[in-house]
Amino acid sequence: MRNKLISETQAIASLESGMTLGIGGWGSRRKPMSLVRALLRSDITDLTVVSYGGPDVGLLCAAGKVKKLVYAFVSLDSIALEPHFRIARQSGTIPEPVEWDEGMLQWALFAASLRLPFLPTRAGLGSGVMDVNPTLKTINSPYADAEELLAVPALRLDAAFVHMNRADSRGNAQYLGPDLYFDDLFLGACEPGRRFVSAEKIIATQDLLKEGTFHTLKINRSMVDGVIHAPNGAHFTTCEPDYGRDEAFQKAYVDAARDPETWKAFTARFLSGDESTYQEQVVLWRAEVKAAQEATK
Amino acid sequence: MSDTPVLADVIAVACAEAWRGDGEIFASGMGVMQMLGARLARATFEPDLMISDGEAFFIAGDLPIGGTDKVVEGWIPFRSVFDTVAGGRRHVMMGASQIDRYGNTNIANIGPWAKPKSQLLGVRGGPGNTVNNATSFFIPKHQTSVFVPVVDMVSGVGYDRAKKVGGFIAQRHDLRRVITNLGVFDFKTPDHAMRLVTLHPGVSLDDVVSNTGFELVVPAEVLISRGPTAQESAAINIIDPKGLRLREIAS
Repeated sequence: MRNKLISETQAIASLESGMTLGIGGWGSRRKPMSLVRALLRSDITDLTVVSYGGPDVGLLCAAGKVKKLVYAFVSLDSIALEPHFRIARQSGTIPEPVEWDEGMLQWALFAASLRLPFLPTRAGLGSGVMDVNPTLKTINSPYADAEELLAVPALRLDAAFVHMNRADSRGNAQYLGPDLYFDDLFLGACEPGRRFVSAEKIIATQDLLKEGTFHTLKINRSMVDGVIHAPNGAHFTTCEPDYGRDEAFQKAYVDAARDPETWKAFTARFLSGDESTYQEQVVLWRAEVKAAQEATK
Repeated sequence: MSDTPVLADVIAVACAEAWRGDGEIFASGMGVMQMLGARLARATFEPDLMISDGEAFFIAGDLPIGGTDKVVEGWIPFRSVFDTVAGGRRHVMMGASQIDRYGNTNIANIGPWAKPKSQLLGVRGGPGNTVNNATSFFIPKHQTSVFVPVVDMVSGVGYDRAKKVGGFIAQRHDLRRVITNLGVFDFKTPDHAMRLVTLHPGVSLDDVVSNTGFELVVPAEVLISRGPTAQESAAINIIDPKGLRLREIAS
């Protein structure tokens, strides 16, 4: 029986520069941030990143690790615009931006997970997506309607990161929040070998139904190669019901991104050490904010 | 009720009116006024509409915006939203940073796409929304930098482009209403060019024309947008007790 428990660092060690990486979650919701932070500390670069983008994309852009980005949006939800993504796009530092409709991303991952070359859709037709992605092709329905549809090409991933609420050491994983997003498709679209699930708690297999119904078991161990124990691993994004978004920290992140000097200081404090250093610094930061608030009362 | 209703309430009613006659479909609002409009329509003249909490649940009852005391009547995670969009059983009201004469809209970026002057959200689900389900727009500040001859990036498909695609999309393409701080607009003209429907109280035709960067179809008779009925006023106060709508609209 395989025990798949590994560390973030071990997961990142299996990646290589130039790979295509899919990151689960949505915007600033249940993002595998501890894996992203570990990736930031590595020398890996020239990545193709596929994501319903949030701070994962922002941080990887700010670190100059993204060669190609496949996205429909990059947002922090409660703060609409992701600051690093904006800077990267406005300064032209993402060499190959690929902007698609949200539904096209789903279709591309689903096609890959079904080992199909493409899936047809209407989403994208007539829009600017067709103008800025000249390699996209259409296909006519072979039936009587003969409708012309967009053939969304399969997006095969070399590596995938998702964050779950619970997992066992074999890779059965559980989400307890309101939405799986497209995490199962990110894992499905990825070649076996680098499909990583981080989880708030690692529990015994027989405990998987203690906190949620069988409906929450959408990720099974055949979809997963490595399991990472990552308490608070989605911070500062949401991980309902374990915790909500750390709105104050997210705001501090956005404020820090406004200026290269303040961003350098943020990086030095929060992103230069390992994951436990990050989590310690977040606790200290909270105490500092609280003390400052009390001092001004 | 006074003779001149509060502008934010006129706009709330105008947003709600966009869903009149829609029946049992998903009324989706992207933004405070849009959500208020959807919930107001359901609370009053369109009781079968389906309303979400913006997270993952359909909610019954008149949940205030941002309210947490939810009566859940269904589950609508993003995957189900996408299914509902493709199935056409949805009418969404979005925002737009730019819009043109035929309803092409832009929420993605200002300036050239390759290197934007200002990166906004990205196209999001706009391309899929506008070719699959009914779409309306709320624009809080009607001005020539928003009502433009040509949008910088087409995140939402307008009538001219839908016609070029042809087939199913051209036949079913359905942009309903555009609601701004000045008036209400639709595309019910022979070539689907944008048409003025009503002016909000106190707004002149010249205010609208001079703030629109393309030629607008103006009918011979232009009516004034109505204020809320007593029942609608009561519903507005339940759905938006904190007056968030007043911050959306500069009176």
